[in-house]
Amino acid sequence: MNIHEFQGKQLFKRYGLVVPEGHECKTVDEAVAAYEALSTDLCVVKAQIHAGGRGKAGGVKLVKSADEARAAASEILGKTLVTHQTGAEGQEVRRLWVEEGSSIAKEYYIGIVVDRELQQPVMMASSEGGTEIEEVAANTPDLILKAAYSPKAGLDAADAERLAKGIGIPAESIPEAVLFLQSLATLFCELDCSLAEINPLVTTTDGSVMALDAKLNFDDNALFRHPDVLELRDLDEEDPKEIEASKYDLSYIALDGNIGCMVNGAGLAMSTMDVIQLYGGSPANFLDVGGGATTEKVAAAFRILLSDDNVKAVLVNIFGGIMKCDVIAQGVIEAVKQIELSVPLVVRLEGTNVELGKKLLDESGLPIISADDLDDAAQKVCATVS
Amino acid sequence: MSIFVNKDTKVITQGFTGKTGTFHSEQALEYGTQLVGGVNPKKPGTEHLGLPVYGTCADAREATGCNASVVYVPPPFAGAAILEAIDAGIELIVAITEGIPVLDMVEVVERLQGSGSRLIGPNCPGVITPDECKIGIMPGYIHKKGRVGVVSRSGTLTYEAVYQLTTRGIGQSTCVGIGGDPVNGTNFVDVVKAFNEDPETDAIVMIGEIGGTAEEAGAEYIKANVKKPMVGFIAGQTAPPGKRMGHAGAIIAGGKGTAKEKVAALTDAGVHMIESPARIGAAMEEALRGAGLLEGALGA
Repeated sequence: MNIHEFQGKQLFKRYGLVVPEGHECKTVDEAVAAYEALSTDLCVVKAQIHAGGRGKAGGVKLVKSADEARAAASEILGKTLVTHQTGAEGQEVRRLWVEEGSSIAKEYYIGIVVDRELQQPVMMASSEGGTEIEEVAANTPDLILKAAYSPKAGLDAADAERLAKGIGIPAESIPEAVLFLQSLATLFCELDCSLAEINPLVTTTDGSVMALDAKLNFDDNALFRHPDVLELRDLDEEDPKEIEASKYDLSYIALDGNIGCMVNGAGLAMSTMDVIQLYGGSPANFLDVGGGATTEKVAAAFRILLSDDNVKAVLVNIFGGIMKCDVIAQGVIEAVKQIELSVPLVVRLEGTNVELGKKLLDESGLPIISADDLDDAAQKVCATVS
Repeated sequence: MSIFVNKDTKVITQGFTGKTGTFHSEQALEYGTQLVGGVNPKKPGTEHLGLPVYGTCADAREATGCNASVVYVPPPFAGAAILEAIDAGIELIVAITEGIPVLDMVEVVERLQGSGSRLIGPNCPGVITPDECKIGIMPGYIHKKGRVGVVSRSGTLTYEAVYQLTTRGIGQSTCVGIGGDPVNGTNFVDVVKAFNEDPETDAIVMIGEIGGTAEEAGAEYIKANVKKPMVGFIAGQTAPPGKRMGHAGAIIAGGKGTAKEKVAALTDAGVHMIESPARIGAAMEEALRGAGLLEGALGA
């Protein structure tokens, strides 16, 4: 789960990390009032969407008066920002964060993820703050310093000092920076983050260490123990089809092709997309119905994937292991009847009770195209849309 | 022979009396697995499926001499269940549970180091040595005893691969699902190494997916050590970056973990990589024939 920058900064404050003062705003008038309430003339009006690259896309403006704040807020609110993380369709701005400007001495980058090779959280630090860290990693990997730590022990003070010094934080700010990095490391583990990123972290002209940005992602599987974090979820920022799918415990990801897919198991679902592409087709989605697909679940899956207007055909690929093919077939038949399917449907069933499943499909009288194996299914569904 | 499990493996079920644990324990018993009991901290001293229920893994181990455990405990408690099995000294722990918090698994992996336990999973179908021992949720009947090892990060895609082998008459020595989570107990290197050293495994199917670098690490090991014929497939060649494809670990992040890199590394290591998952069985048949091993594989 992702949250907004301003929500991240509120969590930072809870852990003693210094952030600029600011206010969340949903209207232009609120933004002007926020500007007037802050103590500095120089303020920053920032679009709040769940994607990075907002500055480059025109979603961050420096303002020096109430009029400028009004103009900036009017321009950004309601605008659709297209950044390298939003995809081509962009994301509409519904919220602003207006905060005090800071007197920046230098910018840095700090990030934490769970490193899959080390199987531990790893803090990454770089002197190249403000820029896209992916570029730094690709072009000058030596400029990224790393420290792994055990969640129980936390980030070692010596490691924090090595990173702080290594990225060039001035000597007088090192003690504050060490505490800052250690607190961020603790926050990452205590809140079950999957990503904690500050870009930029800055030192100010008076020597303090401050987070000018806050990007926090959370491990969905751990949200059960963080009800306060779960409350920060903003459904406006998520694909409505993906939200609907999560209600039925379906794993759905919208893609931009025209062949809707319904598969059991993530690996098989990915492979099904791969085979479709191999035969010149283009998948409209990833959809894993899971192991215990009931009629209700199958019907919900059909509704969700057909709510995408681009879908011109549907491929159902089920390997019935524990799940029996006749049960799946029954689910497909009922779902097709309920939703009055209007596009071609190719079904490939394999596994337990497959003969019975195929017989049910044949006898249903529905216009279902039956396929013998994965290759055959992909070829047949691609033929219907070409 | 086989790897990790065989007819002598004595298994207990953690989460024994729950719906999932009960169903799959019944299936395991039916398959002939030596299931010797289960654990439920609230029901020690009772019986379930005709087998004893213990309060802890340590009690179960002492009473039954079990050397393997399978975990069907729900995700919030699964990490603690695995830790309990490690502390009880159980040699093989197979965690089926999907959705365990990543940081819980970080703690589990820390505790595994220096312990005598091996963890397979979590979020995996389990491990099976056909006709001897089935631990997990895979449908037993699609397997056939034989000489090809199968290792995979996926569940149903593994069944697909096994089914394609079995329908061609090619049996399996052992099939291992290592699971789709980013932090796990056993990786490709561990399993491929075990298959490579197993005199009764002639060839290996390896099924990876996008995300992480476990396939690349496997490729490095294979290049230096494996002479047995190998067929490989990577799922998610068409997956967009930055999106989690169902499995917690299946995500291309920061340009890392793409199918292209993995296919290149494994091809370079001498693995016969296939583009279509529909050709896993056919490709293995060709590889075995090419190595003069097909007759042995069909006869086994």
